[in-house]
Order: sequence, then C-alpha cells, then structure tokens
Amino acid sequence: MDNELTALGIIFTEYYYWSTVVFMFLIHVGFCMYEVGASRTKNHMHTLMKNTMLIPLVTITFFFFGWWIYFAFPNGPGIIGGLVEAPHATIYSEAMGPHMGAGEFAGWERINGVFWAAFLLFSWTAASIVSGSVIERIRTSAFLILAVAIGSVFWIIDASWGWHADGWMVQLLGYHDAYASGVIHAIAGGFGLGVLIPLGARIGKFSQSGKPHNLNPRNPWLVTIGLFLIYTGFWGFYVACNIPMWDIQAGDGVFFSATNIYLAPTTLSGITFNFLMSLSGGLMAGYIVSKGDPFWTYSSGLAGIIAASAGNDLYHPIQAMLIAAITVPIIYKMHFWVENRFKIDDAVGAVAVHGYAGFIGVVWAGFMLWGYPSSPNPEYATINPLGNFIGAIIMFGLLGFLPGYILATILKKAGMLRVPPEIEITGLDIAYTRQEKRDEQEVIDAERQFVNSR
Amino acid sequence: MSTGNFENWAGEISEIGAIYPFVGAEWLFAIAGVVFWIWWHFKQTKIENQQFNDDVEKYGNKETLSKIVSKEDPENP
Repeated sequence: MDNELTALGIIFTEYYYWSTVVFMFLIHVGFCMYEVGASRTKNHMHTLMKNTMLIPLVTITFFFFGWWIYFAFPNGPGIIGGLVEAPHATIYSEAMGPHMGAGEFAGWERINGVFWAAFLLFSWTAASIVSGSVIERIRTSAFLILAVAIGSVFWIIDASWGWHADGWMVQLLGYHDAYASGVIHAIAGGFGLGVLIPLGARIGKFSQSGKPHNLNPRNPWLVTIGLFLIYTGFWGFYVACNIPMWDIQAGDGVFFSATNIYLAPTTLSGITFNFLMSLSGGLMAGYIVSKGDPFWTYSSGLAGIIAASAGNDLYHPIQAMLIAAITVPIIYKMHFWVENRFKIDDAVGAVAVHGYAGFIGVVWAGFMLWGYPSSPNPEYATINPLGNFIGAIIMFGLLGFLPGYILATILKKAGMLRVPPEIEITGLDIAYTRQEKRDEQEVIDAERQFVNSR
Repeated sequence: MSTGNFENWAGEISEIGAIYPFVGAEWLFAIAGVVFWIWWHFKQTKIENQQFNDDVEKYGNKETLSKIVSKEDPENP
C-alpha cells in the first residue's frame, strides 16, 4: 500500500468482492420469498425462520473452520498430498479481522474478509437450496445442523478439490466448473436428495395408492419476485467467481485480464453474454415443456444458467443458450419421474433445478471444452469428458448425496429429523398463529372497553 | 493505556498490523465463539422440542385435527 498503483489494485479488488456480496445477498432474500410463497399459509413463519437462521449459523461456522478448509484441503488431504498450511484462514489468525495489511501475508489481510464473504454467500446458497426441498416437515434444529454440514463443510471441501487453482481434481482430472454447476448446484441438489429419502414426503403429498398430488405455491407473486431476486443475485455470484485483475501472460511480458477461479483467462463481457443467453434458453425451454406453468418456467431459467455455468467462461453465447434449452426438458422430466418412481417429495424442485442441471452442466463442459487447458499450469490435465463426469459424480454423489443421506438418517434415528405428524397437520406455525389470535383478541377487547367508556 | 496495539495513528502505519482490541488473545475469542455456537444448537433444540410437546398436547387430539383438516377442505368448509 506504499504506492498508488498497488493500493489502487488492492482497494479495487476489495471493493469488487464487497459489491458481489451485496448482490449475492439478494439470492437469499429471493430464496426466503420463494420458499414462503411455495409453502402453505399454516407453515409460512416456520419456513421463513428456518431459512433465515441458516444465515448466522453458516456464517459463524464458515468463519470458524469453513474458510480454513478451502485453503487446507486442495490435496485431499491424502490424495495427492497432505494438508496445506493456511495460517491466514484459521479461526485464530490476525488476518481474520480488521488489519492494515502489511503483515506476514503480503497484503492478503486487506482482502481476506471480502473474499471470505464472497465464498460465504455461496455457502448460504448451498444450504438454502437444500432448505427449499425439505419445507413443511423438517425440524428447524435438524435443518440447521444439515445447513452447517453442507454450507461450512462439504461444499467447501468440493471447492477446495475442484474449484481451486491447485485442487487435486483440476490437477488430475482436468476438472472444469467455472461458475459452479457442480461445485454449488450439483452438490446441494445431491445433498437435498440424500436428506429427502429418510425425511419422507409431506402428509398428503401422495395418496395411499402412491399417486402424487400437487401442493401448489400459495403465493405465486412471492414466488415470482423471489425467483427474480435470485436471478439478480446470480449476477453477483458470477462476478464473485472471477478474479478481477490478474497478470495472465506466461513467460516475459505482462497482460492483465479477469480470470476464472483457476486463474485462466475470461472476460466479464463474455460471461455476461453467456449468463443472459443461457437464462433465455432455459426460460424458453421451460415455458414449452411445462406448457407455460409460471413456477416451472422461472425455475427453468435458473436451471438453464446452471446447466451452462460450468463452461460459461468459454462457451459461445449460442452454445450456452442451446445447452440450457436441451438440459431443461431433461431435468423437468427427471423431476416427475423420480417423484413418481421413488415417492420423493421435493417441495420446490430444487433437486432437479440445481442437482440434475448442475450434474449435466459439468458433463456438458467436459465434452464442449475437451482438450482446453484446465489451468495456466501446463502440467495439469486438460479438460476432458471422463474427468468432468467423474467430477460430477464426486460433487453430486460423494460429497452431496452421501453425507446428506447419512446425516439425515442419524438425525432420524435420534428422533430429531421430522416434526410430529400432529404438528404437520395443524401447521408448523400453530403456536404463533394461536398467540396472534390471542393478541388480536386482547386489542379488540381493549378497543371495546374504550368505546363503551365514552 | 490502550486495548489496541497502538495509541495514535502518527507512527508507521505499515507496522500497526491488526487493529482490533486485545490482539494476541485470538485463541480465547475462538473458544468463546465455538462454545456460543454449540450452546445455541442445544438451546434451540430444547426450545423447539418443548414447543412441539406443548402443541401436540394442546392441539394433537383427533377432534382438533379433524376440525383443521375440514377447514382446509374447500369442498367441505
């Protein structure tokens, strides 16, 4: 910070990530509105508070250990090496607080907080994706334990493995997932599916013969605004996946550019093309396949972006649009097939929109970018279909579905997973609504006394 | 006296480092933070269980549940 140019670079980077955090906050606002709109009136408050309280729980645990995991685990540990020292990210590091930035970490102290927060907002998103699937019957206490697991442990392990310039999946598999199709969406969808199996369906979702019933959104306007806000926040998500300014010129010379998380070149302009074109492809396909159903059309826009995200740093915009348009009918059909076949009650379709679309998105990138360098380091494997397919399985299955299923099964066996059936029937807000009625009655009584006394 | 590492901004800024109070006690902050986190989960779980138990006792009888289901039925309000 002792000359203007260096200071400008650091302060620009600090501001850049800070602004992404503000945008990404809207994702969570959107998820809250969306879930409340999708839940029945008798469960609104419970749904809202369950999703709201993941914010502090995931935040503090991501501070305690999540951030450290990202920097410590790129080798596995135990796959290509041991734990990597990450003294700037430990809970007791001086760099994990306000710092003038001239310490042992060569200026990293200045941007540690904003970079941490950008990752943290991804953590909230991962947990919030799971939250939507399980509404109206999961205990808040159980959900918050699961939220910490996906938000501060499992997604950040996968980021360290496959969304890190030196992650072992990048080095060995040539794994490429620039805007987190697998790293956030497939893992969260897989985790959600793993939780849904032991959790079971809502009472009334299936008839005794197994026929599924639609529990339609109670407030379509809230759902609509919620999804629009998620779209808006998604811009911040994309920008947060980039490094804003990096010298990408190998050997002699200097060439500054934005890069993806692997420090390989891309441009904000390029990802802007692709974000909007994949959104459009998803919306158009969703509208057709769902016959204009608003809920699925909006969700398909999201699924379209997710399907193209793994390669949206490099795709042509029309490729991004077509990938989105082809993927959306697949995930739409898969949602209903899984619902019918396995009696899985995914309340908002999150497993399909995030999980299946994310998985397929990673597979798409393996084929589309076959032979591209996965990293500026020429010794790392190049992008290839098998590497990305294995990566998709690791994200969705190994780090998503499996931990979700195991943890939810343990909670179920401890009697901690699901609300009592009587509460599910009365509504999870029963205590709140009864108290509200009592409060209203007291006010009416007081008003009556006032009128009678005149 | 100062709880921080410095008493004014007049010195060499680059040597100040961390600017929060009680630098050097980060382990204590960490222990306090983790204890608060774990305590919160236990406390929240206890409150939730108590609430559910109370609600089941008050509203969980068959008669009340039948009334609630009937109320939700648009064909049989």
